[in-house]
Amino acid sequence: MTTPLLEVIQVNKTFPGTHALKDVDFQLLPGEVHAIMGENGAGKSTLMHIISGVYQPDSGDVRIEGRPVIMANTRQAQELGIGMVFQELSLAPGLSIAENVFANRAPTRSIGTIRWSELYNQTRDLLAQFDIDIDPSTLVRNLNLTTRQVVEIVKALSLNARILLLDEPTSALPPSEVERLFAVIRRLKDRGIGIVYISHRIPEVMEIADRVTVLRDGRCVGNHPTQELTPDTIIEMMVGRKLAEIVPERHTKTGKELLCVQGLSHAKFFTDVSFTLRQGEIVGVAALMGAGHSELLQALVGAQKVAKGTISISGQRVHINSPETAFALGMAYLPEERKSDGLFLKMTLRQNISVTALNLFARLGIMNPRKEAQVAQSYVERLGIRTPGVGQLVGRLSGGNQQKVLLSKWLLRHPSILVIDEPTKGVDIGAKLEIHDLLRELAEQGAAILFVSSEFPEIINLADRILVMYAGRIQGEVHAGQATEQNLLLMASGYTNEARA
Amino acid sequence: MAEETTTPAHKRGIQDRPLWRLILSTREMPLLIIILVTVFVMANRNPNFLTVGNLRAVTVGFTPTAIIAVGMSILLVSGGFDLSVGSVLALSGTICAYLVLNGMAQPLAVLVVLAMGALIGMANGLMVTKLKINPLIATLGALSIARGLAQVLTESRSISGLPESFGTVGNTLLGDVPYMVIIMLVLVIIGDLVLRHTRFFRQVYYIGSNENAARLSGIAVDRMRILVYMLTSGFAALAGILLASRLEAGTPTAAIGLELTVLAACVIGGASLSGGEGTVFGAFLGVVFIGLVQNIMTVERVSIFWQQAVTGAILVAAVTIDQLIKRRGS
Repeated sequence: MTTPLLEVIQVNKTFPGTHALKDVDFQLLPGEVHAIMGENGAGKSTLMHIISGVYQPDSGDVRIEGRPVIMANTRQAQELGIGMVFQELSLAPGLSIAENVFANRAPTRSIGTIRWSELYNQTRDLLAQFDIDIDPSTLVRNLNLTTRQVVEIVKALSLNARILLLDEPTSALPPSEVERLFAVIRRLKDRGIGIVYISHRIPEVMEIADRVTVLRDGRCVGNHPTQELTPDTIIEMMVGRKLAEIVPERHTKTGKELLCVQGLSHAKFFTDVSFTLRQGEIVGVAALMGAGHSELLQALVGAQKVAKGTISISGQRVHINSPETAFALGMAYLPEERKSDGLFLKMTLRQNISVTALNLFARLGIMNPRKEAQVAQSYVERLGIRTPGVGQLVGRLSGGNQQKVLLSKWLLRHPSILVIDEPTKGVDIGAKLEIHDLLRELAEQGAAILFVSSEFPEIINLADRILVMYAGRIQGEVHAGQATEQNLLLMASGYTNEARA
Repeated sequence: MAEETTTPAHKRGIQDRPLWRLILSTREMPLLIIILVTVFVMANRNPNFLTVGNLRAVTVGFTPTAIIAVGMSILLVSGGFDLSVGSVLALSGTICAYLVLNGMAQPLAVLVVLAMGALIGMANGLMVTKLKINPLIATLGALSIARGLAQVLTESRSISGLPESFGTVGNTLLGDVPYMVIIMLVLVIIGDLVLRHTRFFRQVYYIGSNENAARLSGIAVDRMRILVYMLTSGFAALAGILLASRLEAGTPTAAIGLELTVLAACVIGGASLSGGEGTVFGAFLGVVFIGLVQNIMTVERVSIFWQQAVTGAILVAAVTIDQLIKRRGS
């Protein structure tokens, strides 16, 4: 019996408000690819951060080759042989491959100058092990993403890593490149390196992983060799047996077609997306991270450039090349990151609401703050925003109240099409239900709503119709009544749904 | 009926505070008080200070700075930054003098130079918004180019021998107050009101507070930012014309380093280099304060070389105090 490279034993981790990991066990053998799967928020990244020394467990043990270790930071984890390849690559784009691989450890002469030829030769040797024949003096900026990842892997290996953490390594890769990366991973296995592989993409996990550990709500709910698993069993473990949520009865009276998108493609993020949106309809987009869904929404409101395809509003072909144009056409957009993209945190609630329709509050170009305050107050009351007054700085409000401010500023314009990226991210349950009610009310008044949510129960609960995206394409469409978390997750992980409506 | 007369506590906002407290709590108030105290102390200490002659010299001296500060403060609120204003001032003064000397009608020369100023601003704005060049670099380039052109045009000599009428605006008094100062005060007042109260300039605060959110709220961010750069350069050109009129000459070496004084004044007056904060009135008070301190050192016969060091120290002190107050507030 071989000693595991890495063992995580009964680890617990809590953050204010959440118990992120509960008695989690995890084991990695030499030459093994061990996948960690789970829904958004299941605890995958917390576990990853514990293994890489970013977080320390509240209780439980981490062992490397049988010895208990304490890693106070990522540097110590590196010294213990743990290499990390994260989604945001940590390479310096303006330096060469060799300089990145040997950052700070370049071979030097006694007087401290770098021995470049040796540096390049060593790097070339390392790259050759993965059949990569690129001049080591090439700048990282000029490499494609796969090669960059390989450079990261090589860098980790040159630090004597025996354990590699790969976090969603394929999420930004085109399908043709995925195989190249897998070839690299297989070579690593042959060398006895253990790989922790985090991914949402079930087909890829089925192909590359030897074992799969599934997390749900911070607990380890399964740990099986891949041969014993099918996509369905993985999904079942990820979702668990949850009680069916009570969907309020809704009589959707859909009217005429408001938005028609045909063959919309982006150079990088999505391909050939077509769908329609009718008056009074709430359509949800279900997708896992990196599927191009957020970018699709941005493209609809002119915040991303599209390469191909057409958008029509009320039957009229439109050219949306900036958010201004989109908003003038009656659209509204609520971004996912309300703090960085949605709100003016240092400005008052009143000013945050009036921003989308300053004309309403100006006479001869002069602002009327009293009118602004009155209108803002009316939204405070209508949406139940809890604030000491409309003069409060928005940065001081809670997440739920901030989200309501964001909604208010768009309601002010009475948009006919609302495009919402995560309607209730980081919002407490009370505010969440209020926001859902409000969106339903808006739809009943004739607005069309398109939204993305990483919480599938929210999509099932709120949407009349669901589009599922996978790897930049629309994988299928499901009617709300027929949607279950299982089939959404299956489709969002790359399988087509037989029950397609 | 009681409900109608008393506002429930949760509805009372900051705007319902008593007026005097509101005025006292404004960002400009401490600076205004410091200025008044300084004037009071100096008036009692040095008989040469509070004289019409001295005050006139001070105000005329800082007039070009104050005019540029009107544009610069708006630019800083938008999150922008312009180092080229001193050079644009010099280039404008020399070109205006050159055009007039070569027989162009004075009003036309003024318009041509203002247009040129706006054009330089547009170039700065385009570099910053469309080419995404850091404003520090873009306007540093403009600084060198404008100064260089002024030197080329004049072969580094002042252009003089201008008709006497050219000096009218810069050298005439209305009562005891020079025309230039009146122009400056009018611009400051209009600039302040416009930035505070108009729909158009409200957009500048949104852009400076959060550019992404402004764009995603339908504000034409790039267009607005370019306009503010044009405004700033336009004000610099106007300041250059007025200075040329006062000196009755176009001087290619005028206002070297003025950009730093203007920026210091704006920041002392409450503007932030990260945008979203500041007022024209605050920037004006900053200009007054720096002018005052320099004048005090002059009448107190402190070496001129100390003045720059002291101005720098005041800048650092003002920003430090501001940061400390903010930290306590949050």
